[in-house]
Amino acid sequence: MASGETHSVENQQRRWLNLRKLLERSGPFSHPDFEPSAEILDFIMDSCKVLIVGAGGLGCELLKDLALMGFKKLHVVDMDTIELSNLNRQFLFRKNDIGLSKAKCAVEFVNKRVPGCEAVAHHCSIQDLDEGFYRQFHIVVCGLDSIVARRWLNGMLMSLLQYNDDRSLDQSSVIPFVDGGTEGFKGNARVILPGMSACIECTLDLYPPQKTFPLCTIANTPRLPEHCIEYVKVLQWAKENPWGSSTPIDGDDPQHVTWVFEKAQDRAIKHGISNVTYRLTQGVLKNIIPAVASTNAAIAACCATEVFKLASSCCTNMNNYMVMNIADGVYTYTFNAERKPDCVACSNTTRVVELEPDATLQTIYDKLCEDPAFMMKSPGITTVINGRNKTLYMSSIKSIEERTRDNFKKENNRIGFIQWR
Amino acid sequence: MASPSPKSPEQSEKTKQYDRQLRLWGDHGQTALEHGHICLINANALGTEILKSIVLPGVGAITIVDDKIVSDEDIGSNFFLECSSKSLNRGAEALRLLLELNPAVRGHAVQEPPDQILKENPEFFKSFSVVIATALGEKTIQELAQHLWDINVPLILCRSVGFLGSFRIQMREHAVIETHPDNEQTDLRLDVPFQALSDYLNCFDIDAVDLKDHGHIPWIVIIYKAVQKWQSQNANGWPMSRKEKNEIKNIILEFVRKDENDVPISEENFEEAIRAVNTALVPTFLPVKIQELLYCTSATNLSKDSAPFWVMCAALRGFVEGEGKGKLPVKGVLPDMTASTDHYIKLQNLYRTQAAMDAEIVYRKVLQIVAQLHCENISEADVKLFCRHAHDLYLLCGSNIVTEYQLNSSVATFISRHLEEPDVMMVHYIMLRAAEMFQSEHCRAPGDWDPEGDISKLKACVTKVLSDVSCSPFPKDDHIHEMCRYGGAEIHSVSAFLGGCTAQEAIKLITKQYKPVNNTFIFDAASTNSATFAF
Repeated sequence: MASGETHSVENQQRRWLNLRKLLERSGPFSHPDFEPSAEILDFIMDSCKVLIVGAGGLGCELLKDLALMGFKKLHVVDMDTIELSNLNRQFLFRKNDIGLSKAKCAVEFVNKRVPGCEAVAHHCSIQDLDEGFYRQFHIVVCGLDSIVARRWLNGMLMSLLQYNDDRSLDQSSVIPFVDGGTEGFKGNARVILPGMSACIECTLDLYPPQKTFPLCTIANTPRLPEHCIEYVKVLQWAKENPWGSSTPIDGDDPQHVTWVFEKAQDRAIKHGISNVTYRLTQGVLKNIIPAVASTNAAIAACCATEVFKLASSCCTNMNNYMVMNIADGVYTYTFNAERKPDCVACSNTTRVVELEPDATLQTIYDKLCEDPAFMMKSPGITTVINGRNKTLYMSSIKSIEERTRDNFKKENNRIGFIQWR
Repeated sequence: MASPSPKSPEQSEKTKQYDRQLRLWGDHGQTALEHGHICLINANALGTEILKSIVLPGVGAITIVDDKIVSDEDIGSNFFLECSSKSLNRGAEALRLLLELNPAVRGHAVQEPPDQILKENPEFFKSFSVVIATALGEKTIQELAQHLWDINVPLILCRSVGFLGSFRIQMREHAVIETHPDNEQTDLRLDVPFQALSDYLNCFDIDAVDLKDHGHIPWIVIIYKAVQKWQSQNANGWPMSRKEKNEIKNIILEFVRKDENDVPISEENFEEAIRAVNTALVPTFLPVKIQELLYCTSATNLSKDSAPFWVMCAALRGFVEGEGKGKLPVKGVLPDMTASTDHYIKLQNLYRTQAAMDAEIVYRKVLQIVAQLHCENISEADVKLFCRHAHDLYLLCGSNIVTEYQLNSSVATFISRHLEEPDVMMVHYIMLRAAEMFQSEHCRAPGDWDPEGDISKLKACVTKVLSDVSCSPFPKDDHIHEMCRYGGAEIHSVSAFLGGCTAQEAIKLITKQYKPVNNTFIFDAASTNSATFAF
């Protein structure tokens, strides 16, 4: 019998004594709604469902932190499997676990270590899960390394918002969203109340632009070792197809990396460029972002504290965005990231887009995808004709996609777009 | 199908495992870490969270000093204890579960109270790279701090109470060569070009090259030429003011080629040149901080026992006073810029060659000093690295925790100045100190089981600390109430945050890379604010 099951109620009470002090006592800085009681811990343990998105550097920490903050109804979603280079920080995994699902492995470990924890793993991508899945959670906390995935999740939580007839927000449809991110010794943590405070889309400009090299530099005037590697990656590989024409570069295949490394080195030598190394080659090929245990631990802990505050009201939440840098001393700065009044994701306001009368639906679709003001990923397009909603295009559901595909070629005035918002 | 070369020898199992951190502190940083030995006193949640982020990246060894028995509360807040750990020694159990994280790390558990070790076997602490202590009483803190100060072993003292936490680093001095500044200054020497550079720049004729090559001239050349033209009208001065820099920008605009309709042709390199004017024209100078470093006593009064850092500082001073003509060695780093491969590589090689020559001079001076004083040998690679980073060298001079605890006049003035501001983070510091005083007087944390009843007793401690720093009592009791609410509770997520930060500080001390906190960090998880104070 597992030792957890033999734990008496009294032991349980003692075990959570640290948390109970915060939850069963009032404090001058707690949330105005806070009423200390033993029931809050019951809610955290038995009712409060929290979704952890990502079981990597931040996700492992979040799962451990939340399990030790009393949460039992935890769900973890991650599509990745464990790699050797994860082990310097993703502390729930061992060498024997390489190749296994991160979500499953992490959940198994924590459920075993923290008796009573009932975490559930979902080894799939966030896009595989539908509205019904996301709607069941009280809080979503996210530790992803991709802006695209974050924006998708943001969009999902925004789409769950309901508005009353007077266009005011139905508060019960709000699922608080805590988001953390790290890069080397830098990190950030934030609290998003969808429809109420700044969301991911409101603050997109806080993400640094991705570093890219112009093609003409790579092809004609290489100066840096990175330029030589990019040349092999972008041009030479496709030309020489060392593993056959259908084989793309795999940054995890040591033979591929070595091939690129050696060709890049040849090019570098030819141009008098130094310092093409294997490590750099792999870094450029895989766009590797440095990562260390400490930063992930601190940022995840910060997110976990905010989840605990949201669930218990025992303290007011961070308002609402913290940045941290531990390269030069330890620096943190917390500020109020402001909402964009006309944010496409969270503002429930209309945006005017001007189009030629003979523009096709394709034009609208492309604009929504490519215009920096929207940058949508596979948007659905609907219109209202005679007071009824009509779907013009939707890519996410196969049958609808097939049915509406032909609309793309049609001009807007022919598919009922006499006026549209 | 081609079957290209075998697996690269560069990628051992270990470099793959540590790849993401090697990109931050390099193989040499990793080697230093693997030679490090950390001692932790008290394996509470904060303690194990710190060790977790030191064991994962692969420290050499850890030693846990803990004589306590695992309680239910420990299990509830500490991930590195399990239910079956109950009633066993806390340090030994935590060690067992921590070592599972990384088989390369060695570990020991010592089941004695730290006071006893200090009394009976003070030599014990001598071999550690860093000692980290949590949850110690006032008296032990001071005895331990004094001892470690005396034997020159760094100490990090940590606390986690409710939503509050802090750590304090004590060490005599800490020199950092690789500080990894976020925005490193360029070192182009356009105002004082070395011979090879001025030869190269002077033989360039911007107007003579054809249009294609015109777009490939590095901006360094463009700015240099613009300055030369400007100087011919300005008595060979150096453009310093905003107005003068704008004049340079206008000259650069004149350089831009025009098409047949007299419209300027867009050339990336000229646009880069205009953007670079402000930074590229900063005159080459010896930074004040580096000057202070080169002329401080440790660098001027060398002995046989001087650390390599000080020997290199002395050699560097010799260079600055002699061959360098008041300047530091050339960094030898050229930022990327639009240019043909030829132009860029030539220019880059000029800087690199000069940097190597400068470093070579410094190295010869190092050899002389080492031979004279019979001190520790220093490799040429170390001197090169030192010269490469000579502009960003950093020295942290520490202070003794005992003087902080005794609140002597300079510490008192420092505290009261912050309280007057008013700085709420200093209020948190006072609360942590008062809670510690309460603990030593009453043998329990304030509010442990009677939050209301302890308020007046804690208030007395706060008043005592405040009067010691000549400050009047706080106008409101809210922070005292909050501390009594905490009742000494250790909240896991607060400890995990501090654990991550503290672990990185220990790694900075061991690898001697990146700048550590000087010297006290306070964190309030309730407001998500932090502050650094130098006591």
